[in-house]
Amino acid sequence: MRLEVKKTYKLFIGGKFPRSESGRVYIVNNHKGVFLANVAKASRKDVRDSVVVARSAQSGWAGATPYNRGQILYRIAEMLEGRREQFVAEIRELTGQNEKQANQEVDSAIDSWVWHAGWTDKIDAVAGNMNPVAGPFFNISTNQPTGVVAAFAPQDSSLVGLVNTIAPAIVSGNSIIAISSETLPICAVTLAEVLETSDLPGGVVNILTGNASELGSWLASHLDVNAIDLEGTSNAAELEMLAAENLKRVIRKGSYSRTGATGSLQHILDLMETKTVWHPKGH
Amino acid sequence: MPTIDPEAVVGSRITNQSLSRWLHSLPGVDKVGLEARTASLGTRSIKTASKAWALDMAIQMMDLTTLEGADTKERVRSLCLKAITPDPTDLTTPQPAAICVYGDMVKHAKEALGKNKIHVAAVATAFPSGRASLPVKIADTKDAVNAGADEIDMVIDRGAFLSGNYLEVYKQILAVKAACLRKDGTRAHLKVILETGELETYDNIRRASYLAMLAGPDFIKTSTGKVSVNATLPITLLMLQAVKDWFDQTKIQIGVKPAGGIRTAKDAIKYLVVVKETAGEEWLTPKYFRFGASSLLNDVLMQRQKLTTGHYSGRDYVSVD
Repeated sequence: MRLEVKKTYKLFIGGKFPRSESGRVYIVNNHKGVFLANVAKASRKDVRDSVVVARSAQSGWAGATPYNRGQILYRIAEMLEGRREQFVAEIRELTGQNEKQANQEVDSAIDSWVWHAGWTDKIDAVAGNMNPVAGPFFNISTNQPTGVVAAFAPQDSSLVGLVNTIAPAIVSGNSIIAISSETLPICAVTLAEVLETSDLPGGVVNILTGNASELGSWLASHLDVNAIDLEGTSNAAELEMLAAENLKRVIRKGSYSRTGATGSLQHILDLMETKTVWHPKGH
Repeated sequence: MPTIDPEAVVGSRITNQSLSRWLHSLPGVDKVGLEARTASLGTRSIKTASKAWALDMAIQMMDLTTLEGADTKERVRSLCLKAITPDPTDLTTPQPAAICVYGDMVKHAKEALGKNKIHVAAVATAFPSGRASLPVKIADTKDAVNAGADEIDMVIDRGAFLSGNYLEVYKQILAVKAACLRKDGTRAHLKVILETGELETYDNIRRASYLAMLAGPDFIKTSTGKVSVNATLPITLLMLQAVKDWFDQTKIQIGVKPAGGIRTAKDAIKYLVVVKETAGEEWLTPKYFRFGASSLLNDVLMQRQKLTTGHYSGRDYVSVD
């Protein structure tokens, strides 16, 4: 008989796996209400540190070619596929879904990465435009990532909801601080391990486990966060007001479905800015 | 101001031999103890009112620096304007102690600062390498002083120091100090840069500190910011011990300036804790402690904004430099 190896569930900040700065953990139970694990409980200072690394990683990620970003997103799908069994087991333990349902959720998560990987070099082809103007100018609108995104993943989904929250943000070159579901955080930490081994530059995706209400106001009022996705929050109205104070882009709760194998182009565009260039034409 | 008799301190006539004997009789540095001491001081938590005080003090102790080959008159001017109004959204923000530039930029800095009390510090003596003959170093210093520099940051000759030629180093500091005299009889403040990153050992840093102090500067400074190892907390602690011991022995108070690599408000506060605990509160003033830094100011301003507004600030809310 050998001793069981217990896992320490930690945060994912700047490509590393630190414990919470506060040293706090909280208990996660399985679907039967039995103790499953102690998970790191992120504090406001973990939020602060995440924003700093997300900001410094963002320009490099946005500067990578869309083709390169697509490859990396596809690589995430590959790595996720390789960990399928672990994800299935974790989903079943956490939510009590049967094997078929759990496999379907992992399928959706993988397919969603592939779907988003395909969009990296097509966003501008579809959503950019050559505008007709009354003057001797080329007038071109292109889409740029908005910057640092803070996002609260849906509380009722362990994996696919988180994937459909992260992927639409990073596909265009944003970096993200994602707060996982509070009661279903195990897959989030495993997803972080997948991201860490997928050539994704450190800091582009940061995943925090903990209480959304505790962290929400710090992210909504943070002047260095450009957009906030309120899907998994319970005090969305209050956070919308805080976000309005500093002109953040806001994705309101319930705007998009997060359960499918495909996302939404509008969701991607919600986290982008339109840049219009006037270029003189020859006479 | 009290003066010292170097011969009395060294214990004989100043020769390379006597300097060598004196410096090598200094106690060796306990590396493990020094680093453990700084690590434990670095964990101290400074909050709320103390933090607000520390942030304001850090700004007042700052020598806002631009020392790039690509410096222009305009860049120096914009740095000066930043020093005059560090945070336009909060006019209670204090001003830094000085602007630190190359000698040829002194006149532009002076012009931009106008009647403000902010000093202009100039690096001189073939900064950062210090590889030039003494007449060139003296001319470099005089040029900056004549252009109106309030403070001179000189580098020591590390080559001479490392090869044991202490007398040469000592004489050069004396010569540069003499060159700091203005026509009206006042003297520009002198900071002596030891370039600790090139001195290899803590023992050497202690010796270099004492050798520099013997020549009577106003400050000893860690680094130029141009080599891979710049100011660190242990080195600063070591130099603070040196100035404190020197004060106890001679009643002459000399300042310390760590420079290079201090980028965050958190780091700056750690330095202030080390100053308070090593040299004492007499050093906790811009007159006796300075930070040589360029990007530090923005981080301190962001932390200051966080304290006054209650929410985190971002780089878009402080000036680009």
